[in-house]
This record gives sequence, C-alpha cells and structure tokens, in this order.
Amino acid sequence: MEFKTFIFYFLAVIMVFAALRVITSRNPVQAALFLVLTFFNAAGIWLLLNAEFLAMTLVLVYVGAVMVLFLFVVMMLDINLDRIRQGFWSYLPVGALIGILLLLEMVMVLGGSYFGLDAMPVPPAASQGYSNTRELGRVLYTDYVYAFELASLVLLVAMVSAVTLTLRKRKGIRYMAPADQVAVRREDRVELVKMQSENEA
Amino acid sequence: MEAMLQPVAEFFGPTWTAVWVLVKIIAIVAPLMIGVAYLTYAERKVIGFMQGRIGPDRVGPYGLLQPMADGLKLLLKEVIVPSSSSKSLFILGPILAIAPSLAAWAVIPFDDGLVLANINAGLLFILAITALEVYGVIIAGWASNSKYPFLGAMRAAAQMVSYEVSMGFALICVLLISASLNLSDIVLSQGQGRFAEMGLGFLSWNWLPLLPMFVVYLISGIAETNRAPFDVVEGEAEVVAGHMVEYSGMTFAMFFLAEYANMFLVSAMTSLLFLGGWLSPVGFLPDGFHWLALKTAAMLFVFLWARATFPRFRYDQIMRLGWKVFIPVTLVWVFVVAAWLMSPLSIWS
Repeated sequence: MEFKTFIFYFLAVIMVFAALRVITSRNPVQAALFLVLTFFNAAGIWLLLNAEFLAMTLVLVYVGAVMVLFLFVVMMLDINLDRIRQGFWSYLPVGALIGILLLLEMVMVLGGSYFGLDAMPVPPAASQGYSNTRELGRVLYTDYVYAFELASLVLLVAMVSAVTLTLRKRKGIRYMAPADQVAVRREDRVELVKMQSENEA
Repeated sequence: MEAMLQPVAEFFGPTWTAVWVLVKIIAIVAPLMIGVAYLTYAERKVIGFMQGRIGPDRVGPYGLLQPMADGLKLLLKEVIVPSSSSKSLFILGPILAIAPSLAAWAVIPFDDGLVLANINAGLLFILAITALEVYGVIIAGWASNSKYPFLGAMRAAAQMVSYEVSMGFALICVLLISASLNLSDIVLSQGQGRFAEMGLGFLSWNWLPLLPMFVVYLISGIAETNRAPFDVVEGEAEVVAGHMVEYSGMTFAMFFLAEYANMFLVSAMTSLLFLGGWLSPVGFLPDGFHWLALKTAAMLFVFLWARATFPRFRYDQIMRLGWKVFIPVTLVWVFVVAAWLMSPLSIWS
C-alpha cells in the first residue's frame, strides 16, 4: 500500500468515527469537540489533494473561530437530555425521510456516470512551483468575481442584521468615554500639598 | 554532510525519512524547551531589576539553575485529577495547549533554507495552527467543572477570537507586499529595495512601511498569548488563575511551557515578518541565524517590559481595543497598502 493511501485511510477512519460520535454522543460539549476532530481530519484529506489553501482555511475558520464560538454557547447552556429525547419517535419519520433523500442524492451524484473516473480523469500532477492559493485567488477575482462579490454582500447583510437584532440601548448604565479617561492629567486628580511636618512637642 | 549520513541512512532503510525528520524535530524542540526554561529565569530577573529587586539568585551561580530546580519540582509533584471533572478531557487540555505551540515551529525558517517544512502556505499554516491554541484553554476550563476555570475559559475564547482578526489583517498587509505565503520568501523580499542596496538593510524591512501593522501585530500577539497586560484569562485577582486552577504538577507545567513557547513563537514571527528575520541590518555584516535570535530576544524583552510596565486591562477595555480600534485601523490599512502597491509611488516592484 502506498504511504499516501495509508494516510488517507487513517484520516478517513478517524473522521467517520468522529462524525458518528457527533450524533451519538450524549454530551453536547463532547459532540462539538468531535465535530472539531472531524473538521481537522477533513482538512488533512484536503491536504492530500494538494488543496492546502482550503485545508488551512477550514482549520482557521471552522476550527479556530466558528467552533470556538459554538463551544462557547454550548458550554453556557444547561441542556436537559431527557427533554430533548422526548419527541424522538414522533420526529423519527421526518428525520428518516430527509436522511434517505440525502443518501439517494449522494448515491446519484457519486455513483452516476457524471462523476466516474471516465468523466473526471485524474488531474495531471502539479508542476513545480504550483500554488493552490495563487490559482484560487486568480480564479476567484477574475472568472467568478460577481459570485464572489455577491457572496460577500450576503454575508455583510447577515452580519448587519445579526448586529441589529442583538443591539439594545440600555438605560441607566454608567459609561465612561475612553477618550476622557485617556485625557486625564495628574493635576486633575491629585494635588500635592507642601506642609510642615507636625511634631509632638 | 550527505556523505557522512549515507551509512546511517542505509542502516535505517525505508524508515530513514521518518527518522531524519524526527531528528530535525528534536533539534528544534529541545533548544526551544531550554529557551523556554531560561525565559522564565530572564523574566524573573528582568522584572526584578525593573522593580528594584534582585530576582532569583539562590540556586547555582546568579540563580542560573533556578529553572532546572523549578522543572524538577513540578515533575515530582502529584498530578491531581478532580473527582467531578471530565477525566479524559481534563488530561487532553494541557496536551492541546502545548501541541500547537510546538507544531507551528515546523514552518519557521531559521536561516536561508534552514527550515523543517518549506511549504507554500507557511503563513496560513501558522495562522491555522495558532488558532487551535484556544482549545487547550477552553477544554481545560470546561473539564475542570469548577467556576473560576470556566470563567477563564470563556474569557479566553472571546479574547483570542477577537485578536485573531486584527492579527490576520496585519498579516494580509505583509503578504500583499511580499506576494507570497512562504515565510522564507517573505524574509528574502525584505532584503531588496533602495535602502538594502545602500547597505542600510534595516530600513527596507517591513517594519518601516508597515509601522502601524507592526505595532498592531505585536500588541495582538501579546493578547493572543494571554500575557500581561491582557492576562484577564488567568488574572489572579479576579479568577485566581483561570483555566489552570485545578491543575498541578506536570499538567500545570505544560500550560506554563505552552505560554512561554507561544511568546517565543510570536517574537520569532514578528522578527520574520517585520524585522527581516535572519537578514543583517547593515550591508557590511553577514546574514545569519544569530540575527534572528537577537531580534527574537529583543521582542521577548518587549513582552517582559510590557508586563512590568502596564497594569492589567479591564475586560471591556480589551474588547474595545480589539474590536473598535484594531479592526477598523487594520481594515483601512489593508486598503491603504493595496492602493499604495498599485500606485506609481509603490516601493515594491
């Protein structure tokens, strides 16, 4: 077995196991941590595909930022597992239907003639000095620039709406303007007084 | 070198690559760990002198064996696992704290060509790996199942995510002008320019054209490593020691090592990105590793200096500095640098 194949199976096995643990773990914090492990192994598999920019961004964005905030929220919540499990059987048919649909779609895409080895041959080996980052940047800012700008606009709208939803003006809070704090001089606060020492007779 | 290693390589056969990489890793990590040990000594001495004290002077000449004594003591202490903690995660916490701060050194170039993994996306690798550092703190804080560690973990999560953004923008400015994510290329690109030709190399390094970014990167670096004055994560007056409250012995030592290894990493990164790495400041002196070591030591001194000088920031002040000052400033500066790069006034062509 080639060494790369061994690494692929190593990462893939851990990834599938961690993904299973995400949905079977009883503790939500542990589930979130297993999701982190899944992302990390997915990044490893992308590295094997010479997609170093995507792999690093996956770790940087999802593991480094999104999951940290996710954990932040999950750790704060007091989740009652019994209450969550109550509706399990009534939700099962809907959930199973969605699951089967997803599975069918994946089988159609991956097993179909559009995605086979004859339709998509193995890409030629990357030449010396090939940079995945440079290629992605070139395509993103030339061929797909409108889609890219649109996506950024959608994200901006989402960000602004999230801010407006959570922004609230509270009355009666005491607030100190940092500029005033910085502008304070010693003379405003402390007065040095020269005086004779007092001696007891 | 190659000829000398030939018989050894034959002895190991196909496993030689793995063995050789392992040797290189040890050659990086072992000096780093000794450096970390003596950084704690330097910190106590420097802060001692700044506060008119002597600092450690009992163990060995000038107290030089103090770090060894401390290390030995921590090794011999019992590792206590609280009975109400989540045990596996409690042990995983310190491991996850130290692993990224060591793994990041894989792409740090020490001299021209002297690097463990000379990968294209070195800068991205550093960003991605250092983004993992927060997990050690969060997991430790949560697994301890205790109030102060948990508060410390929450503070760490918010603070490290906040300052990563401005750090990232500062790095974008650097890679805009060097047009590469490879750390060796970033250093080499700083050795070109009008001043470098005049023999005044230190004026062509990135710190001068990117002065605001240099300052932002250094301050964000101090915040990312949770060092004073941004050490609310372990602020002893408020949350005792944050995520480290329940840890003892070697598990505590690993958090400690991770913090100081991170200081080394941020200092080395600042030297590489803004201070020309191994390049010599003046034309008549040769380039070499000693320059990088010197610059890193100078940056480490700034860390200690800041700790001895500034009082701890209040939590809301930290958030304000990160979100309302650094992020707008860096965001605007990215545009300024991009426009400068495209204008006829560009000094990087």
